[in-house]
Amino acid sequence: MTIERLNMLFVGVGGQGVLTASDIAAQVGLDLGLDAKKSEVHGFAQRGGVVESHVRWAPVVGAPICEKGTVDVLVAFELLEAARWIDWLRVGGTVVVNTQQITPMSVSVGDAVYPEKEALLAALRKRAGRVVAVDALPIAEQAGSTRTMNTVILAALSTLLETPPEVWERAILRRVPAKYGEVNRVAFRLGREAAGA
Amino acid sequence: MKQLLSGNEAIARGAWEAGVQYASAYPGTPSTEILENFARYPGIRAEWAANEKVALDNAIGASFGGARTIAVMKHVGVNVAADSLMSVSYTGVFGGLVLVSADDAGAFSSQNEQDNRNYARFGKFPCFDPADSEEARQYVGVALDLSEQFRTPVMLRTTTRLSHSKSAVEVSPPTERAFEPLPPFKREKEVTRVIIPAVARKRHPEIEERLRQIAEWAETAPVNRIEWGDKRLGIVTVGIAYQYVREIFEGFSILKLGMSYPLPMKMLRDFAEQVEQLIVVEELDPFVEDQLKAAGIAVAHGKDIFPMCGELTLAKVRAGAVKAGLPVAPIPPAVPPIDEVAIPARPPALCPGCPHRAFFYNLSRQKRKVMIAGDIGCYSMGVLPPFQAMDMLISMGASIGMAHGFKQAGGQEKAVATIGDSTFFHSGMAPLASAVYNRSNITVAILDNRITAMTGQQENPGTGKTLQGQETQEVDITAVVEAMGVKYVKEVDAWDVEAVGKTLKEATAFEDGPAVMVVKGACVFIPEYKPLPRLEVIADQCIACGLCFKVGCPAILKSEEVFEKTGKPKAVIDPLLCTGCTVCAQVCPTDAIVPMESDYMAGR
Repeated sequence: MTIERLNMLFVGVGGQGVLTASDIAAQVGLDLGLDAKKSEVHGFAQRGGVVESHVRWAPVVGAPICEKGTVDVLVAFELLEAARWIDWLRVGGTVVVNTQQITPMSVSVGDAVYPEKEALLAALRKRAGRVVAVDALPIAEQAGSTRTMNTVILAALSTLLETPPEVWERAILRRVPAKYGEVNRVAFRLGREAAGA
Repeated sequence: MKQLLSGNEAIARGAWEAGVQYASAYPGTPSTEILENFARYPGIRAEWAANEKVALDNAIGASFGGARTIAVMKHVGVNVAADSLMSVSYTGVFGGLVLVSADDAGAFSSQNEQDNRNYARFGKFPCFDPADSEEARQYVGVALDLSEQFRTPVMLRTTTRLSHSKSAVEVSPPTERAFEPLPPFKREKEVTRVIIPAVARKRHPEIEERLRQIAEWAETAPVNRIEWGDKRLGIVTVGIAYQYVREIFEGFSILKLGMSYPLPMKMLRDFAEQVEQLIVVEELDPFVEDQLKAAGIAVAHGKDIFPMCGELTLAKVRAGAVKAGLPVAPIPPAVPPIDEVAIPARPPALCPGCPHRAFFYNLSRQKRKVMIAGDIGCYSMGVLPPFQAMDMLISMGASIGMAHGFKQAGGQEKAVATIGDSTFFHSGMAPLASAVYNRSNITVAILDNRITAMTGQQENPGTGKTLQGQETQEVDITAVVEAMGVKYVKEVDAWDVEAVGKTLKEATAFEDGPAVMVVKGACVFIPEYKPLPRLEVIADQCIACGLCFKVGCPAILKSEEVFEKTGKPKAVIDPLLCTGCTVCAQVCPTDAIVPMESDYMAGR
């Protein structure tokens, strides 16, 4: 399968590595010979807020953000965030969701309740063409560092997109500090295995 | 080589390529990364100034000396610098001077979404509006050339979407360059750099003429161009809006402006005459639209169908066009949002370990007796639950002046101003001097987290480090406050809950002029912050009193286990988030929160 154009929306919580992952995904687009743009919003994100980052691949990309209802793949680093952003997906689009659950302050102060995992997944399945759930944190731990969680998620994404894995691996290794190269390589391999590559 | 650069990275690159040798800025979202990136290039000097006016004044001095220079700030920062900005337009510049204004359409991280293109018309200088990173890189050089050709300050204006989007830019690795000193300063016979009334009166007609000449230049400048297509519809657009226009109105004729002021009116008039219907798509104010209308050019649609508020998106541009019956593709069918389960909001919160936590915990417990004036920084989040300890907030450095005014006008409550270290240096010193001078009994809490935190940890005059991380003279906040004649000045450990509470009580009870407490503790994101053994809750000892939830720490969660007597949830700590700051342990009445033995043994 050759990808001509692709809209991706990366979402998650500040500190999860969403922005680094979306940087890498944009670079992969360029490396595949396409034009690519990436756009993020991270105002208060470092303080545990919501992070969103758009990645678009096409022969020529105009707007740096996707249009609601045109996202081919929603890449959610956190389960609740997948649910929050699902209405950006195109009809029949795919959700890659890390099943990690990060309690928002509204829940820990008692103003709201974090929904049941199964209820959220069911709601996603009802709306998306396909839902790929990954439990990335334990895989990252197994690889040697929880900080490689975003690499595990990218590995799942690369598997789903049927793109050459070496392009992704190269883009990841170019982006992470050299001393974390090996642990990321392992995380990428484990992530692909878990995604059924 | 093609490289993905953000708008901010591209501006830094463009400035370096165009020979800028001095740059000054005050950090502010979405502008911050420009100077951080520029500082990495060889042969230049780059600095954080104490505020935006200082940054512009620095740049004016550099320009008057003959250097190419940029001053960088967010949109509201230009308000701070505006005094000098208006007058440097009169004097004119020597070395090229570009003011980079990073506007925040959408107010993602700002107190308003003002459209700074209005400053260009107000101050009578040109404004460039790049539409992607490659243009951002190129326009810096074009703007500097224009600045020198017409001896005018020039604004390069971005919005958040451009600042923080990455697109492909053609770059090669930077070559080595040595820093060149300026030629000897030439004092001219005719005074031009001293803006006394006689000079201002002489210069005013000259800058009106300058503006006319720049408008003439704009007629043939390559930054303004027409992409001819179907002439049934002609779209005039500028800046990032071009990206939405080229997708939504694919195939129609587009006049893409690279500058929003002054406009190439002849070019626009010709374009208008050749298309059946002219529309204007621009972000925020009808800045171009109003100019076209004033020139008598018929505009079929503009702000009547595209929103004035918030940033533009593909969806907003399409929706406006569809509503007006313009020939564009319909709105794509969307996946419906989830309504069968409630999705809780995820508001930002003070980070685990944050040095502001113990202060706001105490302030929220004493808040019934006080009025709290806040300021701009991470501590603005004191307004959010669980603290809800902020009553007014308006702009950088305003807390002290507002608290003072409230008191002097007869406010009966004690007035507390909370301000950060960087904000104190930015614009907190003058209002404190004023409060000392006018003798109000306000309390000023300077929350010194040893960094400019909100914008992503930038150095400031109080940190002892430069933009490049080199050691420098640290300006001692306590010494400054004492030197102003404040009679109550106390430093307190930010994580000592009891000491912070006691100091706050003392300070608010003080009645011999302003009382200042300096709450000192490093932001968790800088090396000066030392994490301690992480904490855990001994479940059997927890009585589910809920006090630890009131410190508002994202690491403290409600446990599934309940306290039998009350049926309320006990607390549990997320070990992935905890930094061991102990604020929760200090408020726990049963000592149920203790260091994790494994961390303690490992010497963390």
